[in-house]
Amino acid sequence: MSGAEIGLALSVFLACAVEAVEALTIVLAVGTTRSWSSALSGVGAATLALAVIVLALGPALTSLPIDALRVVVGGLLLVFGLQWLRKAILRASGLKAKHDEVEIYAEETEAARAAGLAVGFDGYSFTIAFKGVLLEGLEVAFIVLTFGANQHDVGLAAAAAGVALLVVVLAGVAARAPLARVPENTMKFAVGVMLSSFGMFWGAEGAGASWPGGDAALLALVPGILLVAVGMVWSLQRLGRQGAAADGADRVRVRA
Amino acid sequence: MRRVRAVLLGVWDFVVGDDWRTAVGVVLALALTAVVASAGGSGWWVMPPAVLLLLGLSIRRAAGEGVRSGRRRAGEALHGRRSVGRG
Repeated sequence: MSGAEIGLALSVFLACAVEAVEALTIVLAVGTTRSWSSALSGVGAATLALAVIVLALGPALTSLPIDALRVVVGGLLLVFGLQWLRKAILRASGLKAKHDEVEIYAEETEAARAAGLAVGFDGYSFTIAFKGVLLEGLEVAFIVLTFGANQHDVGLAAAAAGVALLVVVLAGVAARAPLARVPENTMKFAVGVMLSSFGMFWGAEGAGASWPGGDAALLALVPGILLVAVGMVWSLQRLGRQGAAADGADRVRVRA
Repeated sequence: MRRVRAVLLGVWDFVVGDDWRTAVGVVLALALTAVVASAGGSGWWVMPPAVLLLLGLSIRRAAGEGVRSGRRRAGEALHGRRSVGRG
């Protein structure tokens, strides 16, 4: 397995695991409070819709000329990756609230109870589970398609996504509770770094640039972006501490 | 027509997200790379500084918004007003 293939599998696995944890919380909430059969029907319908999207768009993407594919897909991956990375940096530095699966589970459970009980097929459970899985899964489908098409290995990307999904579902069944201890922010940080690095690499290649060392340039790009992102977290935390200290000094002055 | 608009807005939100300036910056950086590469240069050196600049600016805007909304919430709490939404 080449370095690019390992990067592909790792990025898709992490992205899929994070999104699967979020979808699992929603399905668990409606399943336990209302109807498991209707919630699981929603999961099945959403999975089918996602499979159709990947099967329809996969061959279309892989049939594009490689340079056009790389510049378009690289650009999209870079835009997407920078969004993930920005949110992860803000969360790690304390400027944005972290994803709390226990809190989300409590909110979803309360909403499910408030919606009133249905007899027989429960449309509420079906719709919430369908929407949750489809919306979380669309990001994974996008990453599977773009990474897979660029490497001409949609199968490997889909397999990595499938393994991640299986791991999360098994962990969810074993725990019978939201997976609150999964380090979601750290995983999103890693995915943001990978998407940004691969997006930059493929986008530039598609635009006609040639990287020194070819694929080996990724060995410098990935740690480079990671270092910069960690540095940004560190400087934002430092600024936050300085701001808090200045606020405290102002309050002391006002009281005096 | 309303549905088409909703779908297009959904696609825009999905791909571009809440910071369109970063998306525009990425397109411009790729265009500059293509210009440099077509002029005979290697062109690879355009993207790394462009990406770092775009990420830095995006973080700066978001951090500024966070600080502003934090101050607004603190001001509302100070004056006994209830804040709307989860923030």
